[in-house]
Amino acid sequence: MRRPSIAIAAIAVTATLGLTACAGGGASDSTAAAGTAAAGGAATSTINLYAYAVPKVGFDVVIPTFQKTEAGRGVQFQQSYGASGDQSRKVAAGAEADFVNFSVEPDITRLVDAGLVDAGWNANAHKGIPFGSVVTIVVRKGNPKGIQDWDDLLKPGVEVVTPNPFSSGSAKWNLLAPYAAKSTGGADKAAGLAYVSALVKDHVKVQPKSGREATETFLQGSGDVLLSYENEALFIEKNGDPVEHVTPPTTFKIENPAAVLKGSTNLAKATAFNEYLYTPEAQKLLAEAGFRPVDETVAAEYASKFPDPTKLWTIADLGGWKTVDSTLFKKDVGDIAKIYDQATQ
Amino acid sequence: MTSDTDQQRRGPRPGTDVAPLPPRPDATAPDGIHPHGGGAPPYADPGDAAARPKHHGRGLRALRRPLGIGVVTLWLSVIVLLPLAALTVAAFDEGLAGFWEAVTAPAAVAALWVTVLVSAIVALVNAVVGTLVAWVLVRDEFRGKRFVNAVIDLPFALPTIVASIVLLSLYGPNSPIGVELNATRWGLVVALLFVTLPFVVRSVQPVLIEADHEVEEAAASLGASTWTTFRRIVLPTLAPAILSGTGLAFARAIGEYGSVVLIGGNIPRETQVASQYIQQQIEIDRPLNAAAVSVALLAIAFVTLLLLRVVSGRSQRREERDA
Amino acid sequence: MRVSRGIRLSLRVVALGYLFVLLAVPIGVILWRTFEPGLSEFLASISTPAARSALNLSLLIVAITVPVNVVFGVATALALVRGRFRGRGLLQAVVDLPFAVSPIVVGVALIMLWGAGGWFGALDQAGFQVIFGIPGMVLATIFVTLPFVVREVEPVLHEIGQEQEQAASTLGANGWQTFWRITLPAIRWGLTYGVVLTVARALGEFGAVIMVSSGFPGVSQTLTLLVHSRYIDDHNTYGAYAAATLLMGIALVVLLLMTVLDRKRSDR
Repeated sequence: MRRPSIAIAAIAVTATLGLTACAGGGASDSTAAAGTAAAGGAATSTINLYAYAVPKVGFDVVIPTFQKTEAGRGVQFQQSYGASGDQSRKVAAGAEADFVNFSVEPDITRLVDAGLVDAGWNANAHKGIPFGSVVTIVVRKGNPKGIQDWDDLLKPGVEVVTPNPFSSGSAKWNLLAPYAAKSTGGADKAAGLAYVSALVKDHVKVQPKSGREATETFLQGSGDVLLSYENEALFIEKNGDPVEHVTPPTTFKIENPAAVLKGSTNLAKATAFNEYLYTPEAQKLLAEAGFRPVDETVAAEYASKFPDPTKLWTIADLGGWKTVDSTLFKKDVGDIAKIYDQATQ
Repeated sequence: MTSDTDQQRRGPRPGTDVAPLPPRPDATAPDGIHPHGGGAPPYADPGDAAARPKHHGRGLRALRRPLGIGVVTLWLSVIVLLPLAALTVAAFDEGLAGFWEAVTAPAAVAALWVTVLVSAIVALVNAVVGTLVAWVLVRDEFRGKRFVNAVIDLPFALPTIVASIVLLSLYGPNSPIGVELNATRWGLVVALLFVTLPFVVRSVQPVLIEADHEVEEAAASLGASTWTTFRRIVLPTLAPAILSGTGLAFARAIGEYGSVVLIGGNIPRETQVASQYIQQQIEIDRPLNAAAVSVALLAIAFVTLLLLRVVSGRSQRREERDA
Repeated sequence: MRVSRGIRLSLRVVALGYLFVLLAVPIGVILWRTFEPGLSEFLASISTPAARSALNLSLLIVAITVPVNVVFGVATALALVRGRFRGRGLLQAVVDLPFAVSPIVVGVALIMLWGAGGWFGALDQAGFQVIFGIPGMVLATIFVTLPFVVREVEPVLHEIGQEQEQAASTLGANGWQTFWRITLPAIRWGLTYGVVLTVARALGEFGAVIMVSSGFPGVSQTLTLLVHSRYIDDHNTYGAYAAATLLMGIALVVLLLMTVLDRKRSDR
């Protein structure tokens, strides 16, 4: 036997395996959805969705209902989730996206500047924000450290988990909340920065890249406190993880923008999906999933689920994202960026 | 990585010490020479080119011609060299000062330090325990030995991310045995011990099999204690193999990512290893820092492997001289 | 070395205990956690559309990587063993390079070369996307698996020498016939072993691939990325265990092949 039969057979087997292996994959990773995906009929178009780390729970419920609507019939979704800034940079660097949903507005502005998103993306009644949340404090079950308000985070020995603001949108909201509270909406900038500086220097040790990774880090036992979206807190509580959340009396309103890419090959479908998010039906589903709805009627309906804090600062109070980003977060020049660099370099 | 270990199994890699000759585009050049002394003498007189048929080994000879070599070189360049060149250039994008600043940023230094420290611990543990395991697998007899022997290779076959999940399920939160190592340096050590297990074992095993029993017996019969025999006879024989296995384990450990990503915790200055730092710098859009630390990490790996080659080359020469 | 029974036993206990704690227990725990909810749960978890796509993609990458590595690996090994040219030592070193490079560094290097802002960024602008596409993942996989075939075939080529090849050509065989009838059969076990290692590494590669993948479930997610994304992004620990167990099953098959082949190879 002088034939290299085995080697060739091995190569042939791997090659055929690769080409013929179990056909019929898809984007859904739900064990239940396996049937419904096929029931949707032949895919007529696919929307590539790039989003920040945590809204998957929301999209998991609104995508199937969108697919049941007239406009959404047969539309398939490819979803990618990750740190907001990282996701935005990926799209700007050429990753193929049709619809984007980021944690913070500057991540969409980046795409506007790159000529990928129309400058009028936020022209609708809700300024391009389909849902939001508030910044909340997640603690271990029973709140052993007795955390109630921002000052409690600076108590000696309290370790805070919050993601890295250079990649994560969540991190920016998390830092803006106490900043706004301490600076009374930006009026006393020094007081706000002093708080952030004390927090970052002495209490923040880990720097997960995204809000979701921060959650995972916290659940794996690091830290006493996790700063996060309210929707994320509700999600992990519902999951049965041994945590609870405390919303401080003064906190910050989170607005998560969404936009359609103007060069999308499925512009019509992507636009339809974007518009669908603002319908009462979608708003209710999002509210069920823990996101604060922007539709006023729906918001009123779910008012008991989403208690109003005593004082809720907004990004507009601080002068809008443009100002906030350039004065606080811009690499090497922003005040919070500098604090972070000093603490982490 | 296995192949490097296999190299040990089959003896040192031949051929690297042969001085490179100028290319021979001439088709009638003597190519029957056995540069590596393949054992038996060549059948044909290498110089007797005329005696050979004209169509001799064309397909193979193509690889000796500039074209064949050119294709191979081009391939290696596109796949391996160009990316690394682009990386190096990116690292020096802002000149030597920029590179130096990026590499000496406290967080970068801390990450490199954690990496080297943990890898060194892992390499040392491997040197001791790996030798011990190899000894048990060669000199001891027990039921299921062949099975245990096969299991040693498991970490090579197992994807690193699976290694991470596997260790996390035991040593992570809700640990069934109450040991929580995640986000500690011990977690890193355990993860790296897992993935580097085969190096020393597989490098020591063949040497131990071939080691001369009689010398050991003689030493024992002359009244040497077990410990003395081990220290004076066995250890010197094994030393090069242990060293090379340890070095490979170290080189692997400093670059490891998949197995530490879930269990390591990624805490700057505590458990963040260099590869995690590099990834973080990419994520926060500082490619220069990422490239610079990458180059530093590469340099550490190279120096390790270079030292290894020098040391093993020296001990090999000594062996040859003694023979 | 004569070792007393006591020492021998205690060494055995230490060695086996170490392997038990490091390998056996964690693997036992993950198997238990995977199959505790029942086999059907496991099967459901590894047959979601995303999981099937991930398996397909992993196999596709293997199917591209293996033939490429076989062709170029054998060619490189031949050039290294039979060729005599200036800079061969350098070529040797280049072949070993991927072993020394951290997977993350591979990813960064590929981004610097093929990414939108990299040396070959023009390709990206022309619509041929390498980074964040399947080509990037294939390139990353080829990079990390490049040495296997070369390093497994090379020593065999040294060992067999050139006598048979020369004899064949003396008898009138042309180059291809010589290669096909003499060289290839001689290197077949080494080559197969190299292929098995390549398959194992290609299926298991994580660090280099995650850096260059867009991470779409169903499109650009390999099995290893699925494990990671289930664990981190989906907060689906069970799903991650199940996918990891699937990968582990594949690894076991690979391990079995390695053991069998190793025996074959040393029998040769």
